[in-house]
Amino acid sequence: MEIGGEYLEILGSSILMTDYLEYSNALFREGLLDGQFIQLQMLRDDSNPDFVVEVVTLFFEDSQRILNELSKTLDEQNVDFKKIDANVHQLKGSSSSIGAQRVRNACIAFRSFCDAQDVESYGFCFFVLFPDQMCLRCLQQVKQEYLLVKNKLEALLRLEQQIVAAGGVVPTLNDVS
Amino acid sequence: MGMAAADGQFHVLAVDDSLIDRKLIERLLKTSSFQVTTVDSGSKALEFLGWHGSERNMFNETSISPKIHQEVEVNLVITDYCMPGMTGYDLLKKIKESAFLRDIPVVIMSSENVPSRITRCLEEGAEEFFLKPMKLSDVNKLRPHMMRTKFKNENEKPEKEEIITIGEADSDMEKIQRAQSLQQHNNNNDNDDDNNNNTKRKSMDEGLSPDRTRPRYSDLTVMSN
Repeated sequence: MEIGGEYLEILGSSILMTDYLEYSNALFREGLLDGQFIQLQMLRDDSNPDFVVEVVTLFFEDSQRILNELSKTLDEQNVDFKKIDANVHQLKGSSSSIGAQRVRNACIAFRSFCDAQDVESYGFCFFVLFPDQMCLRCLQQVKQEYLLVKNKLEALLRLEQQIVAAGGVVPTLNDVS
Repeated sequence: MGMAAADGQFHVLAVDDSLIDRKLIERLLKTSSFQVTTVDSGSKALEFLGWHGSERNMFNETSISPKIHQEVEVNLVITDYCMPGMTGYDLLKKIKESAFLRDIPVVIMSSENVPSRITRCLEEGAEEFFLKPMKLSDVNKLRPHMMRTKFKNENEKPEKEEIITIGEADSDMEKIQRAQSLQQHNNNNDNDDDNNNNTKRKSMDEGLSPDRTRPRYSDLTVMSN
């Protein structure tokens, strides 16, 4: 009796689904993702099965562009802080929209440290004397968070693909936000 | 030809300069069974709504307005606050200052929770203010605003009207206008395409007609676009 094939298939996708749940729970626990990501998943359905992949891909492209822009701007002789602020604001928005919580927080910190006009509200001479330096530090932080969440999201979406390929259904996460 | 919401679907115009947010809001709205158009700026939004810069122009010429603007009815505008060029607040103001756009409900979204900003928008006539990112539960709050306006429209319009009267219900001006539009309709043989278009409202202000090809009082013949 041929029970082997089907059984293994169910077992296989079950394992994958468990992996998926554990993996995504960890991401939420570590604050890399927040409830907004679950909102995105809720918008995925049979008529739009690739919605999450599409939005996340857009986020990667957009973020890369912004990070490149920021590096370039900070490299210039006379740093255009307004441009920096606009770009960071954009990145903050898009990361917030997909639920990349730590990227978003890094952007918020970036803006408060590098808002040159507000510098006098901080008692720190270091900031006043070296706004460029602070901005560079902040940019590093944002880049780091971005690369981290990018890797994790890619892994998560790969898992989803594997689940579907194995005939399983991607588990729906509960919105705990 | 008029894309009236006769099929029961509400049409939302979403304005946001962020591609990701446009994608998101589009999906949110479509999931809630709304028809959606997205644009990336306030000026494009005004273009889509058929606003042409100066409403004075309507008298001067038979301007050639693109047909699409006359055929599409917008039941709600949802706009981001922070946009380069024209902000969501500027857009809101322009809509509320426009005689024929002012009754379209406008909703503002913002990523920043700034109380003075929220107050300003609400005072300017925004129906609601949402913090981004928007959720499905937020989108559910939109329908009542659209229904309220549509319901008000439907109660006021004669059967096959060519001119729609919107505004405070049952004022004397309203009654006069309604009577006039009914009379005009009866005298017209042609059935005009532009009826059912909520974005082209008959203004309560003296002499202002949203439709550039149809002078309001004197000429009872319908001119084709």
